[in-house]
Amino acid sequence: MDPIIISATEDTPGIRLDAANNIFEISGRSLPEDVVKFYRPILDWLDTYAQSPNEHTVFDFKLSYFNTASSKIILDILMKLEGIHNDGKKLTIKWHYPSDDEDMMEAGEEYADIVDVPIELVEYG
Amino acid sequence: MEKKSFVEFILDFYRYMREYEISLVYEGEITQPIIKAFLSLTETKMMQQEEPGAVQRKVFHVMVECLQNVSKYSDSSIEQNYLYAGMGVFIVTRSAKEYCITTGNSMEKGKIDELKKTLEYINSLDKEALNELYKKQIKESQLHEKGGAGLGFIDIKRKTGNNLSYEFMAIDDEFTFFILTSSVSRI
Repeated sequence: MDPIIISATEDTPGIRLDAANNIFEISGRSLPEDVVKFYRPILDWLDTYAQSPNEHTVFDFKLSYFNTASSKIILDILMKLEGIHNDGKKLTIKWHYPSDDEDMMEAGEEYADIVDVPIELVEYG
Repeated sequence: MEKKSFVEFILDFYRYMREYEISLVYEGEITQPIIKAFLSLTETKMMQQEEPGAVQRKVFHVMVECLQNVSKYSDSSIEQNYLYAGMGVFIVTRSAKEYCITTGNSMEKGKIDELKKTLEYINSLDKEALNELYKKQIKESQLHEKGGAGLGFIDIKRKTGNNLSYEFMAIDDEFTFFILTSSVSRI
């Protein structure tokens, strides 16, 4: 499966979805002009990956900012990951947040509340 | 503008400037590249002023949500009225107490009631109720073609803890000018 590697810009996050190297990461800022267009290939990739996932998937969210339109897409991503979890493969979701950013921590807690997979909160900086 | 009203405008403007420091004023088309430029400008300024991180992040967020709203929803179909066609107004002010982020854009009159109802409802909720509403909305909503999820106003109120203030000023029979101000407390 071909990896998706996208560099971060001022308004779009860095993406690394690499099954062969077992790296799954979204990082940086997410406030694209068109969220649906930006995330469509990522959601499609995850659909394909979910059909034959690795034994243990570790997915890292390391966002420093996301707008409300992105927050909906992040939930979509988490739901797709939930599917992997329900199929009996091991899944770890890590939600990284800067130590001084209470809102980002609360966002992680909120997602953990909504989806049925555990989300590990990881403080940094 | 008449001479008298122009003088009054200047006086009001002067009084306002004494109380508030205007960080940014813009009138024109609001597009993503322009939004990025405003964000970067405001961030740099807040950093120079050594604004606390939490205040910086809240101002940044309110700017993103309000400006993207204008760029997505401003009714620009009123070319016949050259004064308002596809235009938006954007102002950021700073006082000792708070930052105020104001946007203004034209919209169809027919949409006033629904928008007013939404804003009144959000303003009536406390933090806990807002969190519940946000969770409900994020689960149930579908992103529409313009990419909004109806979460922006809810999130502004719950992150800033301040009510959204708004006005609708009639432009003509068909259109109204919608002015929205959100504030981020500094103390």
